[in-house]
Amino acid sequence: MRPDLEIIQDWIDPGTRVLDLGCGDGSLLSYLRGSKNISHLGLEIDPVNINNCLARGVNVIEQDINENLSNFQSQSFDTVLLAQTLQALSKPEQLIEEMLRIGKNGIITFPNFGNWKARVYLLTKGRMPVSRFMPYQWYDTPNIHFCTVRDFDTLCREKNITVITRTVVNNEHQGTWYMKAWPNFLGEIAIYHITRSS
Amino acid sequence: MTIDLPINSVGIVKPTTYEFDQPLALRSGRVLAAYELVVETYGSLNSDKSNAILICHALSGDHHAAGYHSTEDSKPGWWEQCIGPGKPIDTNLFYVVCLNNLGGCGGSTGPRSINPESGKYYGPDFPVVTVRDWVNSQVRLMDRLGIAKWAAVIGGSLGGMQVLRWAISYPERLSHAIAIASAPKLSAQNIAFNEVARQSITSDPNFHDGRYLEHGTFPKKGLTLARMVGHITYLSEDAFGLKFGKDSVQKGQSGNFGRDLRSGKLSFGFDVDFQVESYLHYQGERFSENFDANTYLLMTKALDYFDPSVDFDGDLSRAFENSECKFFLMSFSTDWRFPPERSRELVENLLRARRQVSYIEIEADQGHDAFLLPIPRYMEAFTTYLKHVHEELSHET
Repeated sequence: MRPDLEIIQDWIDPGTRVLDLGCGDGSLLSYLRGSKNISHLGLEIDPVNINNCLARGVNVIEQDINENLSNFQSQSFDTVLLAQTLQALSKPEQLIEEMLRIGKNGIITFPNFGNWKARVYLLTKGRMPVSRFMPYQWYDTPNIHFCTVRDFDTLCREKNITVITRTVVNNEHQGTWYMKAWPNFLGEIAIYHITRSS
Repeated sequence: MTIDLPINSVGIVKPTTYEFDQPLALRSGRVLAAYELVVETYGSLNSDKSNAILICHALSGDHHAAGYHSTEDSKPGWWEQCIGPGKPIDTNLFYVVCLNNLGGCGGSTGPRSINPESGKYYGPDFPVVTVRDWVNSQVRLMDRLGIAKWAAVIGGSLGGMQVLRWAISYPERLSHAIAIASAPKLSAQNIAFNEVARQSITSDPNFHDGRYLEHGTFPKKGLTLARMVGHITYLSEDAFGLKFGKDSVQKGQSGNFGRDLRSGKLSFGFDVDFQVESYLHYQGERFSENFDANTYLLMTKALDYFDPSVDFDGDLSRAFENSECKFFLMSFSTDWRFPPERSRELVENLLRARRQVSYIEIEADQGHDAFLLPIPRYMEAFTTYLKHVHEELSHET
């Protein structure tokens, strides 16, 4: 199992309702359905991904998460997931608010732009970082809202969002003690479990 | 002329008539003492009878959904694109049941049948039947066939409304509800078009207050007009443009919005000038020769009356609260009769009722008619979904 899934699944209680925003091919929901017996729903816009969801029997609705989610009632899900999609949203702040309106808690994972590799790349080359995991040029990237762990912490503070758990892993989704010690410098992927209630 | 049947067709099929003598109480308050339903089935029922799918037909459909009635048959069933070996509703996997609804003109009891009370054609005396009445009669057919639970109930347009009614009224008797290009209820615009169609029929001098069969005639002109109006609403503006703009495209001109002329020049009279006009005349006339005017009136009323929220103070989500099945909805981008917004409205209410639902919106130029056509993404998603339905069956046994 992907270690990030292992981390996320620990935060999801059995039998709860989980909404995955940008659910991709449905593998995460399919896994959680099996391991946690959750009620689930994914939102996705890519036809190929949607078809993969249907093939797995994952409930999927074709809906663009960049547009409003007003068709979802407040507090109608327990957990709302946003995996590796935050950086590609047109209005990330708005969507995080929506996540915590629709769900009692949210789980967000994103690539940490504060990672030392990105810093070194920019420092030495003077160009926007391009890597195996972020292979796009600045002009064709779908990733338009990069942030760092520290940026995200600040946003949560400003918006009165409680961080239940924060962890970072590398691109192989493994975490080490030194990553935990310097998350914004060593973490490649940040994983947040957040809520609004105090 | 005989034709070679395509290998991915169910081939030659034969309808069966089932008689029911237990009275059916209708929503109108009237009772149908006895009735017949004409049914076609494709594929074979498995040993535990778990692989049955019910197909619900739309306004002009009937029990003949797939295959051919003979080798001389020039046209297959109305949903040949979707039903057959290797097709989305795969007859290698499923046992597919399709019936002609009550009030229809395909052979089931309807206005063309003899009213046992009078010994004459029912004609206008046939009771106004609703989607709910149809589904109640379909349950009896299901019992007769010995099927405890449908693997899926599937329909497009008015057929989709029957699918929704199944999920609401008989929650324990279907595993999947698949409603395509459907709506939770008609809009005023939809009803308006239906009323024009009805007025076309009833104002035809040959209508004879619905007793035209007794007069040995039928309201051909009225039914033709009704179908012409309906046909316009089934196609998108783009579909008309593409269909009747071929001449200008061939001449290298940019789109002329489908204004190709029939004979190359304007007549400066009131006869047909444009191809779209002769097309509509042709479609309307063919239809009027094969369909019953009273049935058309009944079908449009069933459409107008459908609104499952009426039993729940107008709250559609409450209608679905007891549904147990999974829902799969599909809509088409240029469908303006039952546009994607109407399907999204259903999705929203299903979500409020916390039901399991999947929904896709298919880009298609063809308008409402798209649900009958082999649009690649539609076919793929439909196939994929039903493959998984079949996998579930194998897991359960």
